[in-house]
Amino acid sequence: MCAKRLHMPDPLDVLTDELIMSQIERGSRVIDLGCGDGRLLNRLKVEHDCSVLGVELDYKHFVACVTRGVPVLQANLNKGLEDIPSGSFDFAVFSQTLQQVHRPLAVLEEILRIARRALVVVPNFGHWKVRLQVVMQGRAPVTDSLPYEWFESPNVHFLTMRDFRDLAMRGNFRIVNELPIIGNRAVGQAWLPNLRAHSALYVLERPGD
Amino acid sequence: MVTDIEHTPETDPRSVGLVEKQSVTLFHPPHELTLEGDKSLGPITIAYETYGQLNDAKDNAIFICHALTGDAHVAGRRRPEDRKPGWWDAFVGPGKGIDTSKYFVVCANVLGGCQGTTGPTSINPATGKPYGINFPFLTIADIVRVHKALVDYLGIERLLGVVGGSLGGMQVLEWAARYPDSIRSAVILASGPRLSPQGIAFNAVGRRAIFTDPRFRDGDYYGQEDKPQFGLALARMIAHITYLSEKSIEMKFGRRLQHSDELTYDLQRETEFQIESYLHYQGKRFVERFDANSYLLLTRAMDYFDLEEAHGPMRESLARTDARFLVVSYTTDWLFPTSQSREIVSALLDARRDVTFLELDSPHGHDAFLIESELPMLHDVVSPFFDVTYASHARH
Repeated sequence: MCAKRLHMPDPLDVLTDELIMSQIERGSRVIDLGCGDGRLLNRLKVEHDCSVLGVELDYKHFVACVTRGVPVLQANLNKGLEDIPSGSFDFAVFSQTLQQVHRPLAVLEEILRIARRALVVVPNFGHWKVRLQVVMQGRAPVTDSLPYEWFESPNVHFLTMRDFRDLAMRGNFRIVNELPIIGNRAVGQAWLPNLRAHSALYVLERPGD
Repeated sequence: MVTDIEHTPETDPRSVGLVEKQSVTLFHPPHELTLEGDKSLGPITIAYETYGQLNDAKDNAIFICHALTGDAHVAGRRRPEDRKPGWWDAFVGPGKGIDTSKYFVVCANVLGGCQGTTGPTSINPATGKPYGINFPFLTIADIVRVHKALVDYLGIERLLGVVGGSLGGMQVLEWAARYPDSIRSAVILASGPRLSPQGIAFNAVGRRAIFTDPRFRDGDYYGQEDKPQFGLALARMIAHITYLSEKSIEMKFGRRLQHSDELTYDLQRETEFQIESYLHYQGKRFVERFDANSYLLLTRAMDYFDLEEAHGPMRESLARTDARFLVVSYTTDWLFPTSQSREIVSALLDARRDVTFLELDSPHGHDAFLIESELPMLHDVVSPFFDVTYASHARH
């Protein structure tokens, strides 16, 4: 099996950034949980006039944020959000991170406490290539968009689009929007999204908000 | 002032080189400073040092607030033969965390201190004798008001930043709450909006040590042969423990013995363990440079400090400034634990301010922000923080 161990700058990230930015109104207050080097937040700040805050645990990424002028808190998403006052943000971005936290439901609850809407991008382990690897080779999947061997993967949970919808129902979150990402574009109305999308963007809010 | 380093080739190019202690006297009567304790004080001499050049726009100035027993001598050497440079020499200089090739850096000794700024050792013009214990009670706010007067005197309308650790961090908070329009950024290291009761407890023991030293003579010991050195040294030994951590003591000394490989079974030997010897040494060195009355005064100012008590809830008092904030704590700091920093951060978020927070992993406890091996990490964050602040201001 040819595992990709290096995570090269991924054009998909740029695609995801564009997709997320398209969902955020100008001038909003935005928090990005697991903001990496702050690239997205800097764009939101500069291009969309948003007031932004990043949350990042990795020291190098943290420093990159400071260097970009993106305010950032060093915090662990599993327990570090409690200092953030309720309703502080219009949008919380949670991109490709949900599958990495210990208790996804609890973290989503926290996110919708601090922000009115959550933009959650999750990998779809229901993608046909993933299914094929599991069935045909009898091995844990390693693909372009999930480039990790099982023992070194930061992904501690594996979910599909269908699973995410169940989670949203369980947490009593309203799915405002579901955008499967197929190839390199987001598709509003997709045919067999759970087979064809490698990731999906969900916009969540609390019902009644 | 920075002397031309070209002429001192032995000098490290990353050092500010030879520096000069400067001073100015302000608050001349009848314009005395009315202190928080309602007494008035003047004239007040302020001892300070500066590094780097103030630019024409006067918008590149960073003010450093020193900690409890620090002084204005931050970097460089006052004389070529000085054994040690200033207390933050590894962090302040050309190309360092606070880059003196870009910024004009000012640090002043605190009011009530004993390193050149008016304090208990100064002569009271009314009596012709040192103020001693009669020096008027002062607070962190009074210290900051005096420093603000110095900054005004230097012609600086708005500081690019104020930065300080521990008691210095308290001053930074006071700057932000009291002079919201006078700062563009605030860097608060290993500090908090108030001293914990545990901290007050340690200060109480330190003060008790001084008061009970027979040589203290109710604070009137100037001109005497012997000063309350034992009390002051003991106060320092106790305080010094609070600046370290279990881990740093373990790393540095362990249970190693000082004089021999074997225990002596002799009660009179007070420095059998290395840690004992170290604390005695710290106490001894401290009394050479510090005054007991100053120590009483400044620890009390620290105990009294409570930003919320003075200025109302932080989410309101800190909302009045547009300054960007950087808050840093250290994992093993138990004098100002991370929870204190987080409280500041939480209030700043509530106030919708621009805030960056980092808890640095260090074994060195409260003193970590002064320890050379910890400074590269601080540099990584503080240096770009000021650069961005400066650049974003220039853009507007």
